[in-house]
Parts: sequence; C-alpha cells; structure tokens
Amino acid sequence: MYRWLLCFRYLRTRYIALASVISVTLGVGTLIVVNAVMSGFSAEMHDKMQSLASDIVIESHASNGLPNPQAHLEEIQRLLGDQLAGYSFSVHTPAMLAVEHNGQVIRHQVNLTGLDTNTYASVTDFGKYLLHPENRQRVQFRLRDDGYPDRDRQYKWGAEYREWRLAIEKARSEERERLAAAEQAAAANTDEAAAGPGAAAAGPSFGQMFPTDVDQVSTVEDAVGEETTEFPGLVLGVATCSFRTRDADGEVLDFFYCRPGDDVRLMFANASDKPKAINQKFTVVDLFESGMSEYDGSFAFCDIRQLQELRGMVDPESQARSVTTIQLRLAEGANLSAARDVIRARFPPERFAYNIQTWRDMQGPLLAAVAMETTILNILLFLIIAVAGFGILATFFMIVVEKTRDIGTLKALGASSGGVMSIFLSYGLTLGIVGAGVGLVGGLLFVAYINPIAAVIERITGQEVFDPTIYYFNEIPTIVEPFTVTWVMIGAVMIAVMASVLPALRAARMHPVQSLRYE
Amino acid sequence: MNHPLLLQARGLVKSYRKNRLEVPVLRGVDLDVPEGKVTAMIGRSGSGKSSLMHLLATLDRPDEGAVYYRGQRIDDAPRRFRDGFRNNDIGIIFQFYHLLPELTALENVLAPAMIGRSAWHYLRTRRETRQRAEALLDRVGLSHRRDHKPTEMSGGEMQRAAIARALMSEPSALLADEPTGNLDTETGQEILELLRGLNQNEGLTIVMVTHDDAIARDADYTVRLENGRVADAKLAAVA
Repeated sequence: MYRWLLCFRYLRTRYIALASVISVTLGVGTLIVVNAVMSGFSAEMHDKMQSLASDIVIESHASNGLPNPQAHLEEIQRLLGDQLAGYSFSVHTPAMLAVEHNGQVIRHQVNLTGLDTNTYASVTDFGKYLLHPENRQRVQFRLRDDGYPDRDRQYKWGAEYREWRLAIEKARSEERERLAAAEQAAAANTDEAAAGPGAAAAGPSFGQMFPTDVDQVSTVEDAVGEETTEFPGLVLGVATCSFRTRDADGEVLDFFYCRPGDDVRLMFANASDKPKAINQKFTVVDLFESGMSEYDGSFAFCDIRQLQELRGMVDPESQARSVTTIQLRLAEGANLSAARDVIRARFPPERFAYNIQTWRDMQGPLLAAVAMETTILNILLFLIIAVAGFGILATFFMIVVEKTRDIGTLKALGASSGGVMSIFLSYGLTLGIVGAGVGLVGGLLFVAYINPIAAVIERITGQEVFDPTIYYFNEIPTIVEPFTVTWVMIGAVMIAVMASVLPALRAARMHPVQSLRYE
Repeated sequence: MNHPLLLQARGLVKSYRKNRLEVPVLRGVDLDVPEGKVTAMIGRSGSGKSSLMHLLATLDRPDEGAVYYRGQRIDDAPRRFRDGFRNNDIGIIFQFYHLLPELTALENVLAPAMIGRSAWHYLRTRRETRQRAEALLDRVGLSHRRDHKPTEMSGGEMQRAAIARALMSEPSALLADEPTGNLDTETGQEILELLRGLNQNEGLTIVMVTHDDAIARDADYTVRLENGRVADAKLAAVA
C-alpha cells in the first residue's frame, strides 16, 4: 500500500521526473502519428493497387495474346472451383498518345487497356476512379452530354464543347484549304516573293497556332475515314493529359491539354506476327483519377471489342476473339499465392508465354519499400524512447540519492528491501504509463486533427506540408491500428520500468543505518 | 531484577570500516532491558550508544555477540523476520524525527500499518486503522496538525508525530535515539513527559539514548557507555 501512496506522492512532487518522461511522451506520440500516417498511406496504396490490379492476372506475352480465352477460363474455373469470384478479359498494349494542343503535338507513352464493359466491375474498381458520376456506376465509352465535374477553368466538358471545337476545326481547315489554294495561285504569279519578309514581320514565334503534320501521317484506313468525327471512346489517366501547378495565389490548379470531348491519336502495334503500327484517333470521353501517379500518368482505357478489332485480334473465319490478359477475382479470404501456384502449374512458363501474378507480386518492390520505411522509422523512434530511458535512469538515481534518508526510515519501520525496490519500480511504471498515456492521447489527437494542423503549419511557415500536386491526395490519410498502438505503449512502459530497475536495486541495497545517518 | 527481560544483548562487538581503517565501536557489550521500564543509555558522542540501539533494533548486525528479544535470538534471524520485528514489536524514534516529507502527519502515522499489511488487508481494515491513527495523534496532542506535511510543523510537533508513528503497531518497546537532541529544553521536556506517561500508563518499555545526564537520571535504569564498553553497570533505581 505504502509503495503506491509514496509513488503517487513522488509523482506529484517530483517534477523533474515528469520532465524526464516528456521524451517518452514525445517518442510515443511521434510513433503513433508516424505509424498512423504510414499505414494510412500504405492502406490507400494497397487499396488502389488491389482494386485496380484485380487479385490474379494472367498475362500473355505473345503479341497476338492468348487465343480462345473462354477455354482458358473454363480450365481455371475447374482448377479454382468456388474460390473464383469474378473474372474479366482485357487487352493490354503499350501505346503512344499524341495530344494536339494549341497547334503542337504532345506525346505520352501509355498502357492502353481494352476493357470488357460487362465484366470489368467484377474484378477491379476501375470505375470508382472515373470523373463522370454515371461512368462510375457503369462505364460507357461514349461521350456524355453533360454532368462532368467542374475541374477545368477553360472549358466545360461534354458534347457541347466537342461540337463547338469541331466547328472551329472545320472552319480552320476550310480556311487552310482556301489559303493553300490562294498560295498556289499566287506562286504561279510571282515565284516565292513575299513569304519570307511576311513571316519575319510577325515577330518571334513560341509556338505554332496550327498543327503541322499530324494529319499527314495517316494510315490508309484513316485517310478513308478522315471526314468522320465519330471515333472510339477513350478514358485517359488524368496525369497523361494534364499537370498540376499553382496559380499566383498558391491555389492548386489543374491544366488540361485535352479534356472529354477532344480527339487524341493513339499509335500501337497490331497483333500480327509482323507488327505494324496502328494509328487511330479516339475521342476522350472521361478521365481516370486514382491518386496513384503511376497509374494516372500511364493508363488509357477503351472498349475491348474496338481494341480487338483495331489490333486484328478477331479471327476472320471463326470470329473468335483473343485477349492478352485474364483478370481474376477470388472469393474473400482466399489464398492468392496458392491459387496463383495452381494456375501456374497448369500453364507452366516452359510451354506458355504467360505471366501469372497476384497483385502483390506486381507491386512487390513498392510494398516492400513502404514496409521497410515503416520498420526503419519504428526502430529509430524506439531508439528515441530508449534514449529517454537513460534520462529516466539518471533522474531516478538522483531521486534515490535524495530519498536516502526516507529509504532508511522506511526500513526502520519494517519495510523490506523488496518493498523499497517496488516503490521505485512502481514509480517508473507509473511514470511510464503517464508519459506513454499522454503521448498516446497527444498522438491520437494529432492524428485526428492532422489536416487542420498541417494547414496551421502551412500558414505559419509558408511551407506546404502535404503538397497535393505531389501526392494526389487532398488529405493526409491516416489509420490508427490498435495493435501497433498497444505495442508502442507496452514498449514505452517497459523501457521506463527497465530504466528504473538499477536505481530501485540501489535503493533496495541501501544499508538502513547508513541511510539514516545520511545528511 | 524482578522484571522479565524484553531485550538482551550479550557480548556485542561491532566495528565500522572507514577507508581501510577498522574503527571499533562496541567492544563487547552486555545489556538487559527489563520490560515496562525506562532504560537510558548515556555516553559521549562516539561511545557507541547509537550503534548499540541500532543493533537492538536489528537495523544492523553485530560482528560478534547476540541480541535476544523475549529470550529469542533475533540478530541472526532471517531478513523477513527482522523486518516484521521492527514493524510490529518495536517503535523507533529518531533525533531528526525522520518523517516522510511527502506524507501528512496522519499518513506518516499510518505508514507502519501500510508497511506491515498487504494492500488488500490494509484496505479492508482501513477504517479501524485510521481511527487508531487519529486517536494516537490525539494522544500526542497533534490532532490539529493531522493533514499537515512535516515541513509545516515545528520540531516538537514532528517528534510527537514520530512518537505516534512509533506507537502505531502497538509495539512492546520504544527505542528512542536522542529524542530531545534537536529540541529546546522546554519542548524536550514535553516530549520526555509524553514518553514517561506512555511508560507509566501503558507500561511501555522505553530504551532511550541520550547524552544528557539530567534526562538519564529520570530513567529507571541507566547504562553508561564509554569507549564501546558498559562503564558502569550499576542500576540507578529511581522512585
């Protein structure tokens, strides 16, 4: 009883000891915040990676893909049985995106994916990240009249914009034809007379107002359809056609090179054994924004049927369509690696040019890097708490020396050595609990208000803490894992108790007579 | 000697080591403390009277010789037994009071009870224990200082609180090490009267260490220590 009474009294009267646990408090608080933010980030990443990659991906490396996907699927269904919860076919091909902007062509390398609009929702959450709300329910590779979010300062997205733009382009090309005709007529009269001086008078030019040669490099089929304005629909990753900056006031600003309603050009190889480049115009119908810059900056999606036709993946005789990828979703709680190994055993790489991976395999290095970072941060912060432990050790030694006479008194009153020792051990325990508890509350409060706090820090320092132009998250994601928090608390309290063991032993070993005489 | 002996010391030898020098403090002391009497140990500083008291209280162990409590040898008893002996059978009073500065007067008086009993036992008997502590404070005239910390009390008050604390576990003997050594004459006298009263009314055995012959003269028995030996074993009987 007396040990707790004394230990609480010491707690209330020895502020130096409380000061020594401030470092424990700070360490625990920081650990909680860091772990919450790190797991928030990695959960967000996991979430996006998994939702976009589907559980297991069977990818054919052959240029014409994997023929007869339905037979493959039946075989997989036979292998996995009830575990299979969903599947979808898709066609993946690297492609070159050419966006015409202000008379210049902007090129971007993308991974073009042909999606099966009927089944994609059963394997990925692709639709969740589309900007148009109706496309989120069910994607349509068709330009919608209205309803796009108001993201662009320049133009309102949708069919109206497209009509307006097409009208301008039409007028422009008519004007160009008229000029060309006039030039030819003039060239016939005077040989190259006034062209040079006229261009110089216009002053230096930073960019062309009219596209140069995009139209000229057309394939044969394209030339036939040149007059049409009906192109296949395309969903572009938001970062393939836009970039984020800040305006003069520091507001985050997206600048779009193209937007739903614009036409872009994609070049990709066809599926034949002697690959040829396909050059096809698409109409952008929506943008895709997942928040993962890796995906947003490299993905483009279109309808699988159109892509199969464009790439020549339809057998002209049997009308059988081949695909490059089969995506599988397994039932909740299924063992992905085991399922992968089963499929791999059926389609061994020696015989099939298939790469069979779980989403974890695909994102392995990134996930490992994040896990590594978290581990190292945890170790470093625990070292901080360990350093705090030495502070407690030193403070406790001082307190034990200061309390020498009281220790003698307690022993004279019949307190055992163990009892005296337990006073200081419980003191260390209480200090640890208080320090870690305050750290816990502080850390949790910090996590709960992390975004307002970041805003305040931004205002004070003028330095952006969490830059949405970099992370594509508008808020700092956090997840507090009770398991981690418990371990942090236990570890911190243990360190405090361990730091008080030596001083407590010293107190217990004090000779009562010498302590009583101590001045 | 017609009174039974409460404490006995036989051939106590004790020396302390100062650096490499061995300093003998007690060189073979025999002592009898009769029950229900006041025994005074007098001697000059360094004569070994405090050391003798520490040996009687089992706060220290003799190099040679033995200490008996009611005929039972206690100096080589296990640590647990000696802790219990100090807690239950004797009360110790110090020259410098040695109250615990973090606790109030009442809590200081309660301390032996808290030390001697398990937390569970203490909590169960808390009311009676508290009543007893309050009664003891009343007995030493300190009920008005119940909730004061030692730093807020005078020397006399602190010594009274220390006496109340020593009485808490109903000991059979009080060992007092210069209880008035740090007090002015008048206050010292009050403390002595308090001790005297405890001896007369409750039959408490008191062993008192002092260097004041006047105080020693009031005792039932006087033992004079000189150079670590009992110089004058004659017992001074006082009415």
